[in-house]
Amino acid sequence: MKKSVFFGALTVAGLAAGVAAAGTLDDVKARGKLNCGVTTGLVGFAAPDANGEWNGFDVAVCRAVAAAVLGDASAVEFVPTTGKTRFTALASGEIDMLARNTTWTFSRDVDLKFTFVGVNYYDGQGFMVPKELGVSSAKDLDGATVCIQTGTTTELNLADFFRSNNINYEPVPIETNAEAQQQYLAGACDVYTTDASGLASTRATFEAPGDHVLLPEIISKEPLGPLVRHGDNEWGDVVRWTLNALITAEELGVTSANIADMSSAAGDNPEINRLLGTEGTLGEMLGLSADWAKNAIAVSGNYGEIFEKNIGESTPIGLARGLNAQWTDGGLLYSPPFR
Amino acid sequence: MTTMTDPPQGSFRLSMLLNDTRYRSYTFQFIALVVLIGALAFLMSNLFANLAAAGLNISYGFLGEPAGYDVQQTLIEYTSQSSHMRAAWVGIINTLLVAFLACLTATVLGVIAGVLRLSKNWLVSKLMSVYVEAFRNVPVLIWILVINTIVISMPAPRAYRGETPDAEMFLGLIAYTNRGIYIPAPTWGPGSGIVALVFLASVAAIFFLRRYAIKQLFDHGRDIKTFLPSLAIFFIPTLLAYFIMGRPIGVDVPALQGFNFQGGTQIGRPLIALWLALSVYTGAFIAENVRAGIQAVSKGQTEAASSLGLRPNRVMNLVVLPQALRVIIPPLISQFLNITKNSSLAIAVGYADVTATLGGITLNQTGRAIECILLLMLFYLTISLLISAVMNVYNRSVSLKER
Repeated sequence: MKKSVFFGALTVAGLAAGVAAAGTLDDVKARGKLNCGVTTGLVGFAAPDANGEWNGFDVAVCRAVAAAVLGDASAVEFVPTTGKTRFTALASGEIDMLARNTTWTFSRDVDLKFTFVGVNYYDGQGFMVPKELGVSSAKDLDGATVCIQTGTTTELNLADFFRSNNINYEPVPIETNAEAQQQYLAGACDVYTTDASGLASTRATFEAPGDHVLLPEIISKEPLGPLVRHGDNEWGDVVRWTLNALITAEELGVTSANIADMSSAAGDNPEINRLLGTEGTLGEMLGLSADWAKNAIAVSGNYGEIFEKNIGESTPIGLARGLNAQWTDGGLLYSPPFR
Repeated sequence: MTTMTDPPQGSFRLSMLLNDTRYRSYTFQFIALVVLIGALAFLMSNLFANLAAAGLNISYGFLGEPAGYDVQQTLIEYTSQSSHMRAAWVGIINTLLVAFLACLTATVLGVIAGVLRLSKNWLVSKLMSVYVEAFRNVPVLIWILVINTIVISMPAPRAYRGETPDAEMFLGLIAYTNRGIYIPAPTWGPGSGIVALVFLASVAAIFFLRRYAIKQLFDHGRDIKTFLPSLAIFFIPTLLAYFIMGRPIGVDVPALQGFNFQGGTQIGRPLIALWLALSVYTGAFIAENVRAGIQAVSKGQTEAASSLGLRPNRVMNLVVLPQALRVIIPPLISQFLNITKNSSLAIAVGYADVTATLGGITLNQTGRAIECILLLMLFYLTISLLISAVMNVYNRSVSLKER
């Protein structure tokens, strides 16, 4: 891989162009650290806590991958990215994977050449308005001023929604969630729109969350998931199956509480055995150790535990599982089998 | 009286490239040029090799595709179905608008602050020093954010609602909200063209009156007062035409309707915040240019003018400022360029300039980073060169004419 010091005006071109060739898994192992792109701060999904430790739903995916590959959940360098910078960061090799509530779309997959390894949150775009406006439907928003984060699918969805309903609005493009929050609370816009999970997360940080309502309309499909660069399938497999391991663990009832027991010796359930490496050679096929999935799950538990801890109904964000329940519970989460 | 002889001709040896001072500089310049070209070639080949490795290519085809997003402030017709190219034009026009407005106000502010900083009034001159130092020494992005925060703390439109609203429109005509200032807009009825023509004619008449007055002053030494006649020419014919034509020009007063004020002309909050921030920031630099320019005019000029009996404001206008301009204009050009380039920070306040449309949303939605950035570079380069070309023409017209 050509690495050179870029300078001057060609820095930007160079950044976009310095595409890492195949071998991300080896790079990560050699580096001893996973570079994981996350948001600049969205409570519940990825945000540093009071001690500067990154926490959240997306962060948990990064940590699980780090644990699977390196056996150390803390060997992660979190790189905050904005909606605008995230794809350049991934394409240029600055980060190894992006776990930043990024919507899986055709053009990002095909045209921008990224591989979405799965979906860790099924979301849709919603609207938040102050209660005192008395708005009960997004179709009542004619003439409203709307704050949007730029560089996201929400801009396009919003334009489509208002055009198809033949109503007017004034868009105010905002760079980060924090700025959008400030402008929305100051009343510089009537409505804040982004993915419904993001709205719930943002509302949870308000002084008076009860003064704001989420409108019932969900105007888009937003399957959010981690992604890697095209062209490095081995690395893509590692991230994909780590995510699948977390989902399968919940389905099979493997939790952070019982994982030490279950992985100490082969048990009755062959799929659990294969997952935890007490049977078969799945880890070896991935180029990882046999206990890779055990390490990944041990970090903060299975998918359900991660969900409950970061964004579930017991947290201030208070999201219900909804579409994100296991397929056995009527949700969309369906991991391919470990065999 | 010279003792130098011509250097011996015709005996060029290769070692002279290094040892002979006549050729040495060329040697080094040539080496530097080769290194520069080599470095550029390496970067370009690296770029293309990596693009090819990633399966990407350079293509501007996306400019013709529908943009798909909306923009708040559009001076030309634009919908979300317009092309990316159109969105780029919207951005370019917005950039030019804010740059133009900021250049004007920064110059006015700068000239006032620069002159006042030389004031003999201690308080005034110190106040201006505080202004200049505070604004020059804090990054412009911070000023943009600070001013945006101030603008955002104006009342929201909903404060105007209800029986006893928290905010009232200024004189019942102008609404100031944290989404922008809404001012009455003229509505043009039949016959309004004649009123407008009369108005333009009276402006031209004032112009000719002033020229005539100056000519009289220079040729015959007659000092004609022009202020009151100008005022009369400015108002009376237009008002007469307005009433004779049956008051064709009406006023569309903004009114609260739904979420926002409707009607009138809206000056958006992002534009106001960016415009103010760029003006006060660059105004501080221009103030220093103006002060330097005035101080560069030797004191003897002022004294000579005074001894001829000129009053202080005439000394400033006729003697000092024309000479100071020669010093002020060149750095002023670079301040204008700075304003244009600094306007690319617009996205910080949500203003849709070209960096926000072409270099922001379009870049993101299409993923064509290199193409968009190259276009942006081309745009800023063109605009900067144009501004400096125009200002250089002006500079030549005020520079010292040696006869």
